[in-house]
Amino acid sequence: MITVLAVHFAVAAVAPLLFRKFGRNSFFALAAVPAASFIWLLLQHDAVYSGTAYSGGAITEVVPWIPGLQLDLAFRMDALAWVMSLLVLGVGALVLVYCARYFENKDNYLGGFGAQLLAFAGAMFGLVTADDLLLMFIFWELTTVLSYLLIGYARTRLSARRSALQALVVTTAGGLAMLVGLIILGSTAGTYRIQAILDQAPALVAGPAGGAVSAAVVLILIGAITKSALVPFHFWLPGAMAAPTPVSAYLHAAAMVKAGIYLVARLAPGFAETAPWLPTVLGLGLATMLVGGYRALRQTDIKLILAYGTVSQLGFMTMVVGLGTPEAALAGLALLLAHGLFKATLFLVVGIIDHQAGTRDIRELSGVYGSARALAIVAAIGAASMAGIPPLAGYVAKESVFEAFIQYSSESATGPWLLGGVVLGSILTFAYSARFMWGAFAVKPGVEPTDFKPVKPAFLAAPAILSLLTVLYGLWPAPVDDWIQPYAELFVDGSESSPGHLALWHGITPALGLTAVTFVLGLAMFYGRNAVARLQTLVPGWIDSDRAYQHTIGALDDTAVWITGRTQRGSLFFYLSVILTVAFVLPLTALLLANKPLPEGLYFIDPGAPLQLVAGAGIVIGALAAVRANKRFLAVLMVSVTGYGIALMFALQGAPDLALTQMLVETIILVAFVLAMRSLPPGLRDRTGGKYRVIRVVIGLAFGVTMIFVAIYALGARVAPPVSLQFPQLAYEGGGGLNVVNVTLVDIRAWDTFGEISVLALAATGVASLIFVRGRGDRIRTSATVAEGTVGRRTGARGSTRDDAALAMNRRFAAATRDAWLVAGRTLAPERRSIIFEVVTRLIFHSIIVFSLYLLLAGHNLPGGGFAGGLTAGLALTIRYLAGGRFELREATPVGAGTLLGIGLATAAAAGMTPLLLGGEVFQSAIVELWLPVFGDIKFVTSTIFDIGVYIVVVGLALDVLRSLGAEIDEHFEEPDEPSEDEDSGGAPDEAAEAETTSKGRT
Amino acid sequence: MSVNLTLLTVMGALYACGIYLILERSLTRVLLGLMLLANATNLLILATGGYAGLAPIFDKDTPAGDYNDPLPQALILTSIVISFAVTAFMLGIIYRTWVLARQDEIQDDAEDRRVAETPSFDAEDDSVIPVETSEFPLAMVGPDEAVTIMSGDRPVRADKAAAEEQPGSLNVDPRPEGGEE
Repeated sequence: MITVLAVHFAVAAVAPLLFRKFGRNSFFALAAVPAASFIWLLLQHDAVYSGTAYSGGAITEVVPWIPGLQLDLAFRMDALAWVMSLLVLGVGALVLVYCARYFENKDNYLGGFGAQLLAFAGAMFGLVTADDLLLMFIFWELTTVLSYLLIGYARTRLSARRSALQALVVTTAGGLAMLVGLIILGSTAGTYRIQAILDQAPALVAGPAGGAVSAAVVLILIGAITKSALVPFHFWLPGAMAAPTPVSAYLHAAAMVKAGIYLVARLAPGFAETAPWLPTVLGLGLATMLVGGYRALRQTDIKLILAYGTVSQLGFMTMVVGLGTPEAALAGLALLLAHGLFKATLFLVVGIIDHQAGTRDIRELSGVYGSARALAIVAAIGAASMAGIPPLAGYVAKESVFEAFIQYSSESATGPWLLGGVVLGSILTFAYSARFMWGAFAVKPGVEPTDFKPVKPAFLAAPAILSLLTVLYGLWPAPVDDWIQPYAELFVDGSESSPGHLALWHGITPALGLTAVTFVLGLAMFYGRNAVARLQTLVPGWIDSDRAYQHTIGALDDTAVWITGRTQRGSLFFYLSVILTVAFVLPLTALLLANKPLPEGLYFIDPGAPLQLVAGAGIVIGALAAVRANKRFLAVLMVSVTGYGIALMFALQGAPDLALTQMLVETIILVAFVLAMRSLPPGLRDRTGGKYRVIRVVIGLAFGVTMIFVAIYALGARVAPPVSLQFPQLAYEGGGGLNVVNVTLVDIRAWDTFGEISVLALAATGVASLIFVRGRGDRIRTSATVAEGTVGRRTGARGSTRDDAALAMNRRFAAATRDAWLVAGRTLAPERRSIIFEVVTRLIFHSIIVFSLYLLLAGHNLPGGGFAGGLTAGLALTIRYLAGGRFELREATPVGAGTLLGIGLATAAAAGMTPLLLGGEVFQSAIVELWLPVFGDIKFVTSTIFDIGVYIVVVGLALDVLRSLGAEIDEHFEEPDEPSEDEDSGGAPDEAAEAETTSKGRT
Repeated sequence: MSVNLTLLTVMGALYACGIYLILERSLTRVLLGLMLLANATNLLILATGGYAGLAPIFDKDTPAGDYNDPLPQALILTSIVISFAVTAFMLGIIYRTWVLARQDEIQDDAEDRRVAETPSFDAEDDSVIPVETSEFPLAMVGPDEAVTIMSGDRPVRADKAAAEEQPGSLNVDPRPEGGEE
């Protein structure tokens, strides 16, 4: 079975290639797959039917798939699956053959269409053979998705798209309900194997979980009802007639809509006893049968007549299959097969008529019988079978259905009503069958004869074979009877009743009488069709489920738009206000409701650090000034004041590492701010004034107060001693360092730090890509390629003569003729240079770098570490950049920032992983003691290597900030001059530069 | 347990100022607000460490309780450096916004507003389409002949009707999706 499935899907996967090469004839190749599977299926007959239904008599295949979820690829072929497979594979093969003549080579998307149709056959086969609830559900949804694609084949047509979506929405909604039901059923039973569940079904239904099982059954039935287009979900099936007719023939007559019937049939042996089963199945089935038949009589499109006829028959079959008696089970499957044969035939005939005549409207078709007699005969066999005329399959099946309901009406009070309903439905069926034949083929007075192209035999072959089978089945029902008996025997609980047998002639029975009544009244309805039509127009106001669906979906759309429009207003202020208001209202309410006294241990003045009050006051003043500042840099400066104040606070609290790092960061941020905001206007306009300002003040204050009280209660709630009391000991003995904070970072909480430096690398890359846009900008030219004194040069007169004079003076003095203090200092325009700054930079740069290395290495035992060291080095680079411009920065760092980040991360990762290779744990550190000349005894801790990685990443981050916010923005400033500069330097850069450099040149 | 109200008061003030600033339209102020919030949070973490103490540099003779709690310190150190990276990133964003749009203010999202104004009518779902009674409407006439058929209440050329309803087609109600006209 798995092979059959695999072949279906594999061939479907390569089908588009076939179509590209062979055009529409590829459908023959595709048809070979289900055809060969059909033959395989026939060969399995003996294996499937070798025993009775209970003692095996089924072939099973199980391949473990996801053992943790108890989900196996479990397949089981018993009588029911075998009969369904006959239909699925047989009709599938014939429909594919038919497609080869239905479509033209010039039709678009044929490859995809063929693949979907074949895959559909495979999915349907999987659905009927799956022995696992979830596996079956997967195939169930596969058929839904594929039917969506198949119905929407004419993708440029609105009607096709709309009805495809409608079918998808309706069946998926049902499918979801079904999934819930399947899971309830599976977890109640403790297994998802269908056979195992059915075996213990009586115990489950009667057991303590009976309620859950009933709920599960209802949910599963919802899935079946939507899939099989039962009232009130029947409307999608006529809508789906926008599909190409072969698709309608296969999906909407023979295969997919039968999935619901199959599910009912599959579960009926175990669960027909549950309370909601019979009312649901019989009530909805009967309603569907009558509504479908009634509406079929109103249609003027022969395809829609069939579609509503199918709806009617689906209701009919659901009733019969779901009744749960042996006779009904026998009759149900017999009807299922007969329906598959005649309805597929009729749909294919409709396709031929449409193809040859260009219309399916019975008001335009006339005299088709004269043009296509063979077609008419094939159709007549199908329609007669549908109407239940002997000696055809439909008659045999319907006769046994009548038998089953006559039997049932003697056992149940509702039985006679059901029997009456079924007879009424059959009368309607007879009437619309006649209407179909009359509408499609008859000569109608007043309608000019339809042009009808001759039908080729290859086109007619598929429906002809199906109608032949209809006749064979009617004349010789014994084999079908044999196929179905094992399934029907599942319902025999004692020995008092047997399913009976299918036969063409049962003798004079009540059923025969009912058939006669059906014929007489059906004929009367057909001949009185004008009166019937008048009557139908007199009965307006039928509830139209299709319109109800449209309104539901429309209302859903409107609600979604309304809610989105109210919540998603596009204003950041609005979002933040809502979030923050919730953030303070909830905790405040909780605090007020709890009404707990303030915890003990509150103090304002820390005996160890009374100065905190002063520092705190400075911070608050800085923050308030930042809020009120209306100049950009003033605001930045005020925020820096709070930052430095906090550094002081750290120092007072006893945290030298934090104070050091905070100072360094604050300084670099200040520089970065100035660099990034050079081009922005100096003023900060306050545009959200008025009541918004009040709201902001209220939210801000309330949030601040809430945080204070939350913090007080949270801190007061502490009862256990801090975990960090052991840290000093751990740091010294395990980490080999005296600086507890540093050891915490590089050893105790190394994972945390590793995550952090990854974020740093990401943020650095983000900054670079925001500014450089294309690439990371790691390839800046070296200073050697830049002409002297050209960077940042002022061009043109600025108007005032005093400025010009100052500029000339600058240029005369600032140009050094001898060795420069900085490598790339010469590239700067003379007026931008500061000799003193260059000299100072020259003097302190290397000292700072050495100091940063000291911080890095000493950090294990003294304040410092990778972060502080890296930031110090970044500060050194900042000074170098400010003094010598972007080419100086380039000279200072021969390695690109991206490379630095990479090396840093790699070093840290290596430090973490190496212990693994040596048999330790990730980030385990070792202490190595060794003796070096000059240095003497050295205690080296391997976590220092990790710290070196941190150091390099931080340097990379600082460098990226400088290069992006500094160097690259410099270049943006200079961009307007660039073209001329390029032109000049293109020919002879040195000469051009010399000519322009006033002081150096021409001496 | 000890609760340092000085630290918490300063923290509350910083939170209030930070929140006030991030509710502003100017991107620069939003960034400054975020920095204040970061500082406030650092103070909150610091307050969890209890009384001021000795710098956590290990000394055999000092009992563990005399140090200032090293764990919050490690967390704050991480936080400081991350805030630096985030600030740099935000600066990049501010600069890019300025380069692209010449403004550093947060604009309302016009797309969101348009969602709210979506009309109930959607051509794909709600337009009336003519009843089709054939997949082959041109079977009996050559594609070259100019045949008009009635589509709804409008005459449409048959070949155009066959290539029906791509957006903006003749058969669909011509109202655009926005529904303004």
